[in-house]
Amino acid sequence: MAVTLEKVPGQEERLILSMGPQHPSTHGVLRLVLELDGETVVRSVYDIGYLHTGFEKSFEDKTYSQCITLTDRMDYLSPLSNNLGFCLAVEKLLNLEVPPKAQWIRVLLTELTRIASHLVWLGTHAIDIGAMSVFLYCFREREEILRLFEMVSGQRMMTSYFRIGGLALEPPLGWLKRLGKIVETLPSRIDENEDLLTRNPIWMRRTQGVGVISAEDAIALSLSGPSLRGSGVSWDVRKNEPYSGYDKFQFNVPTRPEGDVYARYLVRLAEMRESIKIVKQAMEGLPEGPIRANAPHVVMPDRESMKTSIEALIYHFKIVTEGFHPPVGEVYQTIESPRGELGFYIVSDGSPKPYRCHVRAPSFANLQSLAKMIEGRLIADVVACIGSIDVVLGEIDR
Amino acid sequence: MDTSSDTAFFLGVTVVKVVVILWVLLTATAYLTWLERKVVAHIQSRWGPYRVGPHGLLQPLADGLKFLFKEDIVPADADRVIYWLAPFIAFTLAFLAIAVIPFGGSFSFHGHVIPFQITDLDVGLLFVLAVTSLGVYSIALAGWSSNSKYPLFGGLRSSAQMISYELSLGLALIGVLMITGTLSLRGIVEYQQQHGMWNIFKQPVGFLVYFTAAIAETNRVPFDLPEGETELVGGYHTEYSSFKFAMFFIAEYANMVTVSCVATLLFFGGWLGPLFGPPWLRTWLPVFWFCFKVFCFLFFYIWLRGTLPRFRYDQLMAFGWKVLLPVALLNILVTGAVVAASS
Repeated sequence: MAVTLEKVPGQEERLILSMGPQHPSTHGVLRLVLELDGETVVRSVYDIGYLHTGFEKSFEDKTYSQCITLTDRMDYLSPLSNNLGFCLAVEKLLNLEVPPKAQWIRVLLTELTRIASHLVWLGTHAIDIGAMSVFLYCFREREEILRLFEMVSGQRMMTSYFRIGGLALEPPLGWLKRLGKIVETLPSRIDENEDLLTRNPIWMRRTQGVGVISAEDAIALSLSGPSLRGSGVSWDVRKNEPYSGYDKFQFNVPTRPEGDVYARYLVRLAEMRESIKIVKQAMEGLPEGPIRANAPHVVMPDRESMKTSIEALIYHFKIVTEGFHPPVGEVYQTIESPRGELGFYIVSDGSPKPYRCHVRAPSFANLQSLAKMIEGRLIADVVACIGSIDVVLGEIDR
Repeated sequence: MDTSSDTAFFLGVTVVKVVVILWVLLTATAYLTWLERKVVAHIQSRWGPYRVGPHGLLQPLADGLKFLFKEDIVPADADRVIYWLAPFIAFTLAFLAIAVIPFGGSFSFHGHVIPFQITDLDVGLLFVLAVTSLGVYSIALAGWSSNSKYPLFGGLRSSAQMISYELSLGLALIGVLMITGTLSLRGIVEYQQQHGMWNIFKQPVGFLVYFTAAIAETNRVPFDLPEGETELVGGYHTEYSSFKFAMFFIAEYANMVTVSCVATLLFFGGWLGPLFGPPWLRTWLPVFWFCFKVFCFLFFYIWLRGTLPRFRYDQLMAFGWKVLLPVALLNILVTGAVVAASS
């Protein structure tokens, strides 16, 4: 049954408008039902589920290693962050220590993912407000980053590059050099986009004072990520509950006190710059060593050892045909995805497949705040607000 | 030569001029879409149309054919008559205004002096304003007759916007009229020729107000709210398809040409420009200068589209009423004082 709003008796002249799922700026297949008084939004209600894929159920039918490919497809704009969240959760379950080089490359790649994801956000947010060119500039930059992903994983978007216990492969030769080039040019490219928007009077009018969420409301609505920091709350899982060696990196957590669309915009732009800093640090301090943990019952052996060692061959056979058996128990691991706090809750019954896997998707929680933001505002602001919380429907519907 | 053959000649020439100008304008609007796509593409560091013909030059033809062969959908419960009428109104009015636009001096043909203009109306400017302001009907009716919510919003927004900006647009031109003392478009250019100075130097504020209002009048970025794609899907033409949709688009581009023509004539000396070479070149150079100036305006339009975000509806209205209108009035006041003092 499609969600609708009933007209309030005595207010029949108000218009019930269905916005989406086929609408240019509902970021995929979000559907909103708005009650409008003129162009002003009086009430609103969401209708989600148009992209329902049943990922959480599918997890229960796949071995832990196979599950990684599902995580890519939830938040399809930041696949590596999802990979990382899931791998960390399983590693926590297995009590597995990941070698430093793998940790560093994971940080490097998830920060690149953050930049790529924020570029998509910036582009779509800008085109929603009518600045068309920024959209294409952002996708040009993002493409550069996706090429890097393709070099390491063979895929632009559905990377599935992280493995439980480490990485799938060593990054190819010349990869770091190319990365260095891109990292050098990125700040100026971000400046270019900022030149078009940040001080643009039309942009400022469209975003300042629009969709304001106070810090208390933001916490009450369980906002997370840049949308929370745009309301002045300095909470970042990377800082507050460091994972994957984030405590060894120097970076700031940008916040803005205003809580409006413009504040969230500035926070995300500042975050992209911070991410570049982290990527540089990770590049410079990249440790030597193995990229996979020493856990033969979990991590696939390399090809060479399979040819010489019977144990390696047996482990390979076991992992491929059956999977591995983690201890019975439950585990919850959060990471800071580009959209906010991404959590994986995994229950293990000791079999090679998760008994249950629940995802705390940041977009799903963040979307709640939209109704509060758009209440009493114009249709044009609805579009600006949807853009500013940066939702990905794949993650909401799961 | 007796009068009857004179009349016949006049009619013949006029028909030829109408046909030629209509053909040129249609082609120009078609290629304006190509230009827009190309220019915006290059601003955005991509290629734009490239497949159909060299550099996509046949793209407008392909688009036209596509529009012709698309299914023509009429929404259920649409007001059919008005739904049909709206694009025709838009199309006709957009092309009507061009009739009084002079785009050059004149040339002799078998002893007859033929001006580069379909008809020189004494109140040419009023005619242009009247015709372009009627254009709001097509949008309001299209929005209303579609019997759909998004077009309705587009139609309402557009009516309010066009009527508001119409005021500033008209008032911005009054300064020029006070200086030149004529409503004839040809007369205004001749005035600039006599005084050896384009009106832009006397009326810079008037020009800025006019040009801003003209962008709003033609529903272009940053004032493209009636069709604000990311908010209203397609605005007033959401429900239109096939060639009726194309007619709205042709009308929009033709309107861009018209307002650019008016800006050129009133503020930038129309066809005036350096003349040189043999007599035939001296006859045709003014036409070139005119087209060149119009082209510059059109390019600027496209450039804006590649650069700016969109205003919000209430901000747009506030800007029109609280900024543009007072500035236009002030301009009239100052111009009036100067004119009175100098006479």
